[in-house]
Amino acid sequence: MTTELLIWLIPLPPALAFFLITLVTNKNKALSHSLAIGAALLSWLAAMIVFFRAIRVEHFGERPFASSINWFPTGATWFKIGVLIDPLSALVLFFVAWCVLMIFLYSVGYHNFGQPQGAHDRAGLPPHGALQHGHAVPSVEPLYSRFFAFISLFAFGMLTLVVSDNVLIMFVGWEIMGLCSYLLIGFWYGKDSAKNAAIKAFLTTRIGDVFMLLGIAYLYSAAQTLSFREIFSEQVLHTLAIIPSGVFGLSAAGLIGLLLFIGTIGKSAQFPLHVWLPDAMEGPTPVSAMIHAATMVSAGVYAVLRMFPLISLDEKTMFIIALIGGFTALFAATIAIAQNDIKRVLAYSTISQLGFMIAALGIGAYVAAAFHLVTHAFFKALLFLGSGSVIHGMEHGVLHTNNHALDPQDMFNMGGLKNKMPITFWTFLIGGFALSGFPLVTAGFWSKDEIFAEAWSRGHLIVFSVLAFAAFLTAFYTMRQITLTFLGEARTEEAKHAHETRWTMTTPLIVLSVFAVTFGWLGIPEHFPLLGGILPNWFHEFIGGTLAHHPEAAEFSPIPLIVSLIVALGGLALGYFAYRHVKTPQEDKLQLNFLKNKYYIDELYEAVLIKPANWLAENIVYKLMDMTLINGFLHLFGPSTKGVGSVIRNYFDIPIINKFFGDGSADLTYWFGGKLTRTQTGKIQQYLLYSLIAIFVIGGLAYWLLLA
Amino acid sequence: MEFLNNHLLSLILFTPTIAALILLFLPSKEFALLRWSALSASLIPLGLTIYLWNSFVPDQAGFQFQESYLWYEAIHSTFHLGVDGISLSMVLLTTLLTPLALLASFKITDKVKAYFILFLLLETGMLGVFLALDLLIFFVFWEIGLVPMYFLINQWGSANREYASLKFIIYTMGGSLGLLLGIQMLGVLFGTYDLLALYQRWNALDSGSLLLGLPVHTVKTIAFWAFVIAFAVKVPIWPFHTWLPDAHTEAPTAGSMLLAGVLLKLGAYGFIRLVLPFYPLESKVFAGALAFLAVAAIVFGALSSYAQTDFKRLVAYSSVNHMGFVVLGVAAAGLSAGTTDAHLALNGAVLQMFNHGLSSAGMFFLVGVIYERTHTRNLNEYGGLFPLAPIYGGILIFTSMASLGLPGLNGFISEFLIVRGSYPVLTGYTAISMLGLFFTGAYILKGLRDVLQGPLNERWAHGEHKFTDVNLREILVMTPLMILMLVIGVAPAWILDVINKAVVALF
Repeated sequence: MTTELLIWLIPLPPALAFFLITLVTNKNKALSHSLAIGAALLSWLAAMIVFFRAIRVEHFGERPFASSINWFPTGATWFKIGVLIDPLSALVLFFVAWCVLMIFLYSVGYHNFGQPQGAHDRAGLPPHGALQHGHAVPSVEPLYSRFFAFISLFAFGMLTLVVSDNVLIMFVGWEIMGLCSYLLIGFWYGKDSAKNAAIKAFLTTRIGDVFMLLGIAYLYSAAQTLSFREIFSEQVLHTLAIIPSGVFGLSAAGLIGLLLFIGTIGKSAQFPLHVWLPDAMEGPTPVSAMIHAATMVSAGVYAVLRMFPLISLDEKTMFIIALIGGFTALFAATIAIAQNDIKRVLAYSTISQLGFMIAALGIGAYVAAAFHLVTHAFFKALLFLGSGSVIHGMEHGVLHTNNHALDPQDMFNMGGLKNKMPITFWTFLIGGFALSGFPLVTAGFWSKDEIFAEAWSRGHLIVFSVLAFAAFLTAFYTMRQITLTFLGEARTEEAKHAHETRWTMTTPLIVLSVFAVTFGWLGIPEHFPLLGGILPNWFHEFIGGTLAHHPEAAEFSPIPLIVSLIVALGGLALGYFAYRHVKTPQEDKLQLNFLKNKYYIDELYEAVLIKPANWLAENIVYKLMDMTLINGFLHLFGPSTKGVGSVIRNYFDIPIINKFFGDGSADLTYWFGGKLTRTQTGKIQQYLLYSLIAIFVIGGLAYWLLLA
Repeated sequence: MEFLNNHLLSLILFTPTIAALILLFLPSKEFALLRWSALSASLIPLGLTIYLWNSFVPDQAGFQFQESYLWYEAIHSTFHLGVDGISLSMVLLTTLLTPLALLASFKITDKVKAYFILFLLLETGMLGVFLALDLLIFFVFWEIGLVPMYFLINQWGSANREYASLKFIIYTMGGSLGLLLGIQMLGVLFGTYDLLALYQRWNALDSGSLLLGLPVHTVKTIAFWAFVIAFAVKVPIWPFHTWLPDAHTEAPTAGSMLLAGVLLKLGAYGFIRLVLPFYPLESKVFAGALAFLAVAAIVFGALSSYAQTDFKRLVAYSSVNHMGFVVLGVAAAGLSAGTTDAHLALNGAVLQMFNHGLSSAGMFFLVGVIYERTHTRNLNEYGGLFPLAPIYGGILIFTSMASLGLPGLNGFISEFLIVRGSYPVLTGYTAISMLGLFFTGAYILKGLRDVLQGPLNERWAHGEHKFTDVNLREILVMTPLMILMLVIGVAPAWILDVINKAVVALF
């Protein structure tokens, strides 16, 4: 099979699985998950074949795999769609395929496949557990098949986005994921919180999406094409760089880049559109891993990477990108230190890490951003799945004690899980250390180090310091999380009865933790002390080939390296020592109200945007404009027409037509008739006389008219 | 076969009327017989339209399958029919939605015979507008369509039907008075009502003075607005839209399906068939004004829809929002006639008409389904129905997403084309319309939230009010619509190619 055909086929199996599960197998749980996982496996296989074929091609960036077909007519020409695998998309395809497969497998265990149905379980609510032989055991998710249908559709969206060779189909995949994230966050739709979180996620990202759509329209009209390869030709880029857009002094490329980037702000949860992501933790945990770590939020960064040749043309746009990325990285990290929900910590951590990537892109560190995108996808998916495993373990404890009031996601209810759940602990530790940038062994260290090195060597000292501080906070809250969850003594009875999860859940953890370590070794800078040059800096070479001008690797400097070591180790140490003996939230000095309430941004939006919008829609647009003004005006016609009618009737019809002409002519006739009766005398002689007169008159008239 | 090919359009146009006449002689009490006869009769025009679609040659410019009969010789009006790619897609929409609307009406038990006869007459009325190539015939069918719809709302509607039906008919007729005058003027000036002849001769006229010594441009400007207002009421464009929520809400389910699905398209079709070709100059001069009204419809329509608590009214207002995009496309095409931008905008506008036909008919039907079971349209009284009716929920989400313009489904393609076509020429308006697109999401999700999500409202869970899932007949109504929504979203070329060639040939 040709590679191009294979690429076309990559997204299809999950789409097929979605339709089959929805229409045919939705009653059969085993068949449904087999279809979904089988489809994910097929896509994974195709993706791996394509990836390994790609890395064997020399100068792959200049000779990517591409093919396209006509899609719809546009006047005299056709709009073409197609697939494109170049170094960037090959790499994204690699981690997406792996993460998707692992998350699918994990979902089987997470949704308690093989367990009995709970007596009180209801579709649209998380399962409450069932009784088996007198013991409380976890019960299977009532909408098990539906879950696999949704994640299959999601995988289809992500794979479509990755293999697309043009902006429009990328946007299609982007939005399909948006729909799936809505459906999956609201998977337990019976809960008000899940329902609201789903709507919030959809609408917040839609703000970004409508700007992005506008950007696509602008790009299409300015460049006359949406195909990546055509846009990135010297000539088109040059044209876009010199036409002014007329807005904020940006060039066309700058404005298009900015509009597209606003889409990324929504999708990758950057400030100020970050608010949806923490709430999205209402979804089942595999969803969080998939949407909020490995795939969908990565799509935002991927879009910027993809459009980098265009976006990087305008310095102003790049400045805004760096600003938003840097601010978000620090801002979200500060919130993360005060969160007690194990998943929310990870949610804010994700926002912050995406900020790292965006900031890196803003300063032009293309390769570093791509590197961090990949390593982050692995270790953050690992952490989310690990947190799901912890929650599952805790739910085991909850079923044991039957204390359903206890929040199994609150880290202050945990503690000492290290011994109860060893696989989860060790893999979580690896993920956490990768996130913190623990030196040398973890992938996160290498990718983060590269961002620091780039920021330093390009002279962006503010970005460098902001990110360094954010990295310090990252290490700190990560170690806080590990300490509170796994180390020390169990703080509740439930934590004592926590239980390691099943193989379907632990296998993905192990696989992902391997990547969370080893993937970093593919990108060790050439001049790194001792280690540099042992392995070639394959990542830089490969990814750099995506761009027309191969980027130079940053020159080695010891300062960013030392800073990176200090913030990672310092943060980890501080996190451990500060929380080693903390038992309750009250002992936690950092439970500051403005941090716990996320700087009151949700409240601000509610007061400044949502309430006024509701008020405007209801009172001004509908009630005042439509019902009062427009309808009021129309209703004038009824009475006024009636008024005109009655005027005509009372002052014209009745007196003039009826009285004068109608009744008047009758009266006249009556009166005349009365006069005429006098001639009816009954005398023959008189009648003969009348006849004679008549004959003379008629004869005279006839003579005068005809003969004269 | 020969006969069929030569009289194809007349057959499509009058089969429903003949069927209505036959229905007249069937026994009034035999509901099943009446329903099935009407439904099977309405499948004939559909079959003929599919045949027409296959025999139609998109590459051939101009109108095809033309038929011309002597009609009103004294004033030189001929019964002239013909189709091009634009009208063909509208004919397909009409003949597709009518059987579905009839199938959706099987629960009607009141005056069944009259009901089905009116529907079939309505179909002829609507088809006539799309097929007519003579202005007088166009106007005759334009008005004929109003009568059955008036009675459908007035007789089978809900509580406020008297007000709604009267508002509907008075408003539309009032709006079209100017159109009638305009048509008469053309007829008097040129001694013909034939569209093809008038295209040439009316446009060739660009200086000197006309009636009463008025300069040509003044006359054309006045006539332009007379046409625009007639069609604007029908589309409807803000601020002529307030008849729509009333009429849609009070009409019986199938009536709303056709009202939103096809009747609104008559107005948009008028813009494309008459306004743009007859008034290229005025369309350019007044494009800004038209775009302003279109954007007002998009934004205010979405906001008003969002403000509703009545599910059917919410869907009704969504039509204002969606049809606004059609008019935005028309305005952009008027401004940039002859360029690729115009072609893209018009392709988008025509496809949006078709797509909105599918999604609005689907949405109104789904509202009807839930109303039939709960006897309420108040969104606050539903809640958490998803577990009770998973199939209904799935269909509702699918259709809502098509209506929202989710990429991968039909609405996205047309909205994208319109936005792309209007962006270069009407940048500001296009940017503002994005606000409407955002609120489209808001009202769609509001509907889904209040119907399906949240804690289950126990009132619908047990006993006599128990909410049951959709039955086979209801699934059958939705299936063709959903298949088309998906197919157009994934592979739009089959329909866009037909539309595109007509658009390129005309503009």
